[in-house]
Amino acid sequence: MTKPESEWTWKELTVGNVVLEPGNASQYRTGDWKSLKPVLNKELCIHCGLCYIFCPDMAYNLDAEGYFIADLFYCKGCGICAKECPTGAITMVVEEEEK
Amino acid sequence: MTENLNVYAVRTLTQKEYFAPGHRSCQGCAEALAVRLVAKALGRNVIIAAATGCMEIVSSPLPFTSWRVPWFHVAFENAAAVASGIESALKVLMRKGKIPPKKIVTLAMGGDGGTADIGLQALSGALERGHHMIYVCTDNEAYMNTGIQRSSSTPFGASTTTSPAGKVAMGQVTWKKNMPAIAAAHNIPYVATACPSYPMDLVQKVKKAAGMDGPAYLHILSVCPTGWRSAPELSIKLGRLAVETGVFPLYEVERGRYHLSIDFPKLKPMKEYIKLQGRFRHLTDSMIEEIEKRVHQEYDQLKEKAKKGV
Amino acid sequence: MEVSIAAAEAVKQANVDVISAYPITPQTHVVEHLSELVANGELDAEFFCVESEHSALSVCVGSQATGARSFTCTSSQGLALMSEITYIASGLRLPIVMIISNRTLSAPLSIWNDHSDVMSIRDCGWIQLFTENGQEVYDHVFIAYRLGEDRDVLLPVIVNMDGFILSHVIEPIELIEQNKIDQFLPPYQPLYSLHPDHPVTMGAFALPSIFAEAKKAQEVVLRSSIPKILETWKAFGDMTGRYYHPVETYQAEDADTLLVTMGSCGETASVAVDKMREEGRSVGLVKIRLWRPFPFEAFKKATLRAKQLVVIDRAMSVGACGPVASEVKAALYGEAQKPDIYNFVAGISGRDVAPADFIKMVDKAEIEIEEGNKEGYEIYGVRE
Repeated sequence: MTKPESEWTWKELTVGNVVLEPGNASQYRTGDWKSLKPVLNKELCIHCGLCYIFCPDMAYNLDAEGYFIADLFYCKGCGICAKECPTGAITMVVEEEEK
Repeated sequence: MTENLNVYAVRTLTQKEYFAPGHRSCQGCAEALAVRLVAKALGRNVIIAAATGCMEIVSSPLPFTSWRVPWFHVAFENAAAVASGIESALKVLMRKGKIPPKKIVTLAMGGDGGTADIGLQALSGALERGHHMIYVCTDNEAYMNTGIQRSSSTPFGASTTTSPAGKVAMGQVTWKKNMPAIAAAHNIPYVATACPSYPMDLVQKVKKAAGMDGPAYLHILSVCPTGWRSAPELSIKLGRLAVETGVFPLYEVERGRYHLSIDFPKLKPMKEYIKLQGRFRHLTDSMIEEIEKRVHQEYDQLKEKAKKGV
Repeated sequence: MEVSIAAAEAVKQANVDVISAYPITPQTHVVEHLSELVANGELDAEFFCVESEHSALSVCVGSQATGARSFTCTSSQGLALMSEITYIASGLRLPIVMIISNRTLSAPLSIWNDHSDVMSIRDCGWIQLFTENGQEVYDHVFIAYRLGEDRDVLLPVIVNMDGFILSHVIEPIELIEQNKIDQFLPPYQPLYSLHPDHPVTMGAFALPSIFAEAKKAQEVVLRSSIPKILETWKAFGDMTGRYYHPVETYQAEDADTLLVTMGSCGETASVAVDKMREEGRSVGLVKIRLWRPFPFEAFKKATLRAKQLVVIDRAMSVGACGPVASEVKAALYGEAQKPDIYNFVAGISGRDVAPADFIKMVDKAEIEIEEGNKEGYEIYGVRE
């Protein structure tokens, strides 16, 4: 786990401020940004993968049953997947605030 | 809908992501998608030199990085020069036996500002010198990172924060600079335009560029909902419309020979593209007609070039 | 041989991997000779001409980050153009070596020598060294690479060579045998480099909450490089018999008046010192070799005993005073007993400063100080 920038001391920084851990930005929960979230109707899904390929946030992952499922940790709720789905299997719904 | 097996083509792409989620681009950013697809096409054996811009800022806030491949940001206008240095270093280090020989692609990435404006000099130098590198310009048609200011890539009539539509002005007064033509004028092996709305085409072009024995230039249209004032869910549709209306034709130039990647018997009306974007909302019907005429004219010229094979 | 040629020969002997070149007077002979060496197969390096100096240094940044020993050379306007990248190279801790063939900055345009070019990047964070003659230029290429590439340093180094006055003169140069150089300067082993086997991100941006820490780290490294600089000079001296120091003195131990110079005019000043000593005057010379990090301790040690310092600047900070004088004053400010200081700007745009001129400057300074001239600054030899 990389700690946030405000907690680093100058001695802890790497030479030249090189970031050594590839892809550690994946710790950041961009999912907090959304107000709409995608919901999948599995009966309409044809497993084409367009939702997965068009997601600018790489939020879709293939599950064991062969469906592409949105990872709400990253999903920003842009709605591209719902718009591009050829069968209309995805709908954007308002995300309820966590209690 | 009729059987369209083409929709399944994306399943043939690798599932690996070299551009990690958690980056800070806006919702619906087609530039992030473009960068994701380019990274997917090239895989792990790549070194990227990036210019300052949206993609650099959203992917590299110290101490985090979205990059799972080697990535280097230096300044705004020198991505092509830094990439030249990387490419030369790889060449000489392999030749001298200091690193094992291996095919490693050198990729330079910049936005339209960092390519067509401030980065033009470095790009021209790198293309002229013939380095084995790919230059990808992700074009969102303005200096988006600094707040949507106009660039030479901003289309005619678009309202930006430094070319706003006002009482006496109607937005950008100059026509979009033709970067692919400028790149092609350097007689490099490969120039292509692409759009993330056509992912398979984009990936194929990137792979083709990687296989060239000389510089390759890719110009990728990147829809920006924030700057274009369009709805985030329309980013893919808008990219498609840009191609279908002839505003952003998809084509390749291989050693000077043009071919269209996709042609349409009839281009869609310009209005369909324009009405979805707030940056064009001030345009009158006659202005749109004027723009459409010029777009069609240029499209016909492109088709002529492709027909001649020149 | 011509000093520029000697410099290029040193770059060849240092087994540099990548050289990026953009021509500007008076650096041209260095890059021309390098291109000949590569063309004749005498130097196995990627040499290429870039389309501007900004790109020249950008190329070096890219190649050094990939693990290649890189070199570039420039002057004046070229340095000003690449100045943006100089700050970046040091922030990224890339040990590039650059020879600057010092030339004045426009306007008015002038191709002749002074230090205004390198003074414009005083704050860039590179280790900056000055040389007095051709031998020193040749020697310092090896010193610069070994010093910069040291794991405890990892900073880019500038070697200053006065344009025309050094670059274009023919001097006797003692070349060092290749096997000795290979021992003194082993191949470059980068700490981090760009390669798919170990993907790293370089050049990330820093929010205000982390930026100060990043700069502190850089500042500590530059300041604490002084022991390494001394160590490198000692090792070089042990190899060749030529020992270099951050501040060098000539007849200065008991002198009441000290001339302070930096760069090639130091040698001329020593001739003037000899003349003045013959006349029984108590004059000596202090020559600054290490400009950044500024050797405050060594400088104080060399100058505190004197009654007055005549600081010769070969550049001006227009609207203030000479840059070296600023540093000198800063060095001595905290001392209870300190010499009076008089600052001359002399030799700008290559105007000759002969031994007689040094004598005149010392004369003038002594009079002015005695008369209580508080300003203590003038441009020498301007026709009124």
